[in-house]
Amino acid sequence: MSETSEKSFSPRIVAFLCNWCSYSASDLAGTSRIKYAPQVRMIRVMCSGRVDPTFILKAFALGADGVMIAGCHPGDCHYIEQNYKTLRRYLFLRRMLRQVGIEENRLRLVWASASEGPQLAQAINQFVEEVRQLGPLSWSQNWQENGQRQQALQAIVQEHESALEVLEK
Amino acid sequence: MNSTENPVRIGVYVCHCGTNIAGFLDVAELAAFARGLPGVVVARDYKYMCSDPGQELIKQDIQEYRLNRVVVAACSPNLHETTFRNAAEAAGMNRFLVQIANIREQVSWVATDREEGMAKARSHIAAAVRRVAMHEALERQYVRITPRVLVVGGGIAGIQAALTLADAGREVILVERQPSIGGHMAMFDKTFPTLDCAACILTPKMTAVKEHPNIKLLTYSDVVSVEGSVGRYTARIRRRPRYIDEEACVGCMQCIEACVFTRPRFPNEFDQGLGYRKPVYVPFAQAVPPVPVIDPKTCLYLSRGKCTQTCVQACGERNAIRFDQTETIEEYEVGAIIVATGFKAFDPTPIRYYGYGKYPNVYTALEVERLLNAGGPTSGELVLRDGRTPKRVGIIHCVGSRDKNYHPYCSRVCCMYALKLAHLVKEHTGAEVYNFYIDIRAPGKGFEEFYNRVENEGVRFIRGKVADIRPASLVAASAEVAGGGNGQSDPPTATEAVQTATPATSPEAQPAQKPSAAPIEPLVVRVEDTLLGEVREIPLDMVILAIALEPQPDADEVRRLFGISCSTEGFFLEKHSKLAPVQTANDGVFLAGACQGPKDIPDTVAQASAAAAAALALIDAGHIELEPNIAWIDETMCSGCRTCISVCPYQAIRPDEERNIAVVDPALCKGCGTCVAACPSGAAKQYLFSYEQLDQELEGILSYV
Repeated sequence: MSETSEKSFSPRIVAFLCNWCSYSASDLAGTSRIKYAPQVRMIRVMCSGRVDPTFILKAFALGADGVMIAGCHPGDCHYIEQNYKTLRRYLFLRRMLRQVGIEENRLRLVWASASEGPQLAQAINQFVEEVRQLGPLSWSQNWQENGQRQQALQAIVQEHESALEVLEK
Repeated sequence: MNSTENPVRIGVYVCHCGTNIAGFLDVAELAAFARGLPGVVVARDYKYMCSDPGQELIKQDIQEYRLNRVVVAACSPNLHETTFRNAAEAAGMNRFLVQIANIREQVSWVATDREEGMAKARSHIAAAVRRVAMHEALERQYVRITPRVLVVGGGIAGIQAALTLADAGREVILVERQPSIGGHMAMFDKTFPTLDCAACILTPKMTAVKEHPNIKLLTYSDVVSVEGSVGRYTARIRRRPRYIDEEACVGCMQCIEACVFTRPRFPNEFDQGLGYRKPVYVPFAQAVPPVPVIDPKTCLYLSRGKCTQTCVQACGERNAIRFDQTETIEEYEVGAIIVATGFKAFDPTPIRYYGYGKYPNVYTALEVERLLNAGGPTSGELVLRDGRTPKRVGIIHCVGSRDKNYHPYCSRVCCMYALKLAHLVKEHTGAEVYNFYIDIRAPGKGFEEFYNRVENEGVRFIRGKVADIRPASLVAASAEVAGGGNGQSDPPTATEAVQTATPATSPEAQPAQKPSAAPIEPLVVRVEDTLLGEVREIPLDMVILAIALEPQPDADEVRRLFGISCSTEGFFLEKHSKLAPVQTANDGVFLAGACQGPKDIPDTVAQASAAAAAALALIDAGHIELEPNIAWIDETMCSGCRTCISVCPYQAIRPDEERNIAVVDPALCKGCGTCVAACPSGAAKQYLFSYEQLDQELEGILSYV
């Protein structure tokens, strides 16, 4: 992974797969011998609802260029409705990523049922390609080099302070 | 936790899986790589880790090297996690100190580049090693199982499953949506390849269901909700009003005779609309339970409130007719569920070039089954709608099956039932019978022999897909005026039709101009005979469409009700196509019959028996082991903010007002872990998916060694 030139850039991607739908979909992709991009490393959780946003931030901090969360389709959650909570967190987290200077498209939420091995493989390929287009994340370097992002940080601090003022009143 | 007391000693086992893994990845190198990871004492590769010698290897190492953690890099944990947990336990280790690295389904089977594959396999192994170091010994959890089974669907699959379980002495609740059990099989005349009559083999079973002391039969009912989990489900069943008290009715059918409608005049759904019934009716003579049902849409009293109620007078003192019946909901506790909801026969109307619904002499196979059936609308006489007996009958195979526009799959039974119908039509009418087929698929016991028999009986076989069906007069007219559309928008042009009228001696070469004695004119089928290499036109009196089997229209709702999945074509998905064919992703739910995919009666009965055996094995154990991956709250860290309570869909967390903390009820928690992710102070935790375990897994996966 020493080479990070555009041609040979191979993104590091972590995927959190829910046990019931998406992990089974990955099993199905395997048993059907569907070939897909190998850059995605999988972590199994019981439900996409278990994916703590701090895991995603930590993944980026550890050098991941993209993070995928895969869960059951809306209405199909093994735990009734927990994928909706994932969806909420996901949308919120994307906004937050933007604020801290990470392209929001580096985080992807995918619905894949147990029978959707081909669809999951396709979603992975597509995501890998998109992250490849975005290039390496190198988060810490971006912070120092990019003045706009410093401004973004200041904006967050200001927003926070004004929120506190409202509370004090 | 253990790690602070004893140093972590990990054994890593890389499986070759024959050549499935070793054929693509360098397993020896992976083992060598694992040896260099922190905490790893021993790492080996072996041909088949799941085999007895493979497991023995792990057991020996656990004792010899005093291992306290095991990582197996092999297939999906869904396949062999339990196997390796058992092996570890047998060697005296706690079974939850095992972690699987999936390098088959997620690496060797899906990667194309060996180097990239090796990198992925390494990172999965590193992640598992880091994670397992954080594992802690856990106790196994058990719940008691309610020894009662809910069977949904009263076709031959549900009947077989219910009888098997009931004979074993278990209580069964059998729910059927229709007024009678029997399903599609009750509609059939004969069954292939032995030609025994469907009713003769089915009705004794139907009666046995009704009479069995262990079976509670709920017809005209459906399941509205299922709560709970394996071993202790609560099913709520809606009983629709049949307006006749099942207990009080003796099945004398006098109410039907006495109905103010002196003649049956409403299409009978069971006869595919070919026969008629009254507002009060039994779908067919052998219905079980033998209790009529009143259709509120056509009954004068129920629809308009005005009727002399001759049925009530006829019923007399038995007083079984209850116009005041309403829908009721009944609740049952069950330990396991068998879903046997069957299939729907494909509606060929959308295939316009077959003209079903447009030309009265085009029938579906199911309609012909009813016509041939002695209990059917014509008492078993095969006659056309105008009363004539057909002299030339064509059977079109693969209608809706093996067709990208409808269902790409093969419906498995159509070839055989088409052959059966060919035989029966010939037997009943002596007609000339043509089969238009793509391939004849007869892969069952006695099937090929049956095919040969039918062929020897003089049934004709033409290999090719039928392109078009038209009334004979239209074909004649368009032959005169080349290109004359005649309102037909289908592609083949009339000029082609003229060319193909071969002067051969076969009867189909003669123009079908049986003049208009009969009101319904014959049809002409255009088909490319791919064996002769030419287009033929064959005049026929009757066309039978061998329609596909497709999922029930409400399969998606039913699937959600029971928490199971569908495969791409919409049939219910089994847990493993080979090793768990009747199990589903939801542990206490089993599948039987055509709801899982098209199948014939022998296969359905075999699968239903298997589902019953699987359900029996589950409930007879008396208790079931649960995954210990439930959530718990660390009291010392909980601030009592109740965030966890708001995200739990099971009300498994409740506040302890006195101590101002949240408490998880382990009996209600299903272990999704959403509360753990939501807890702002890190007080909510999950066994087997703790923050530390997932955090280390993440570190391992991104260490990119």
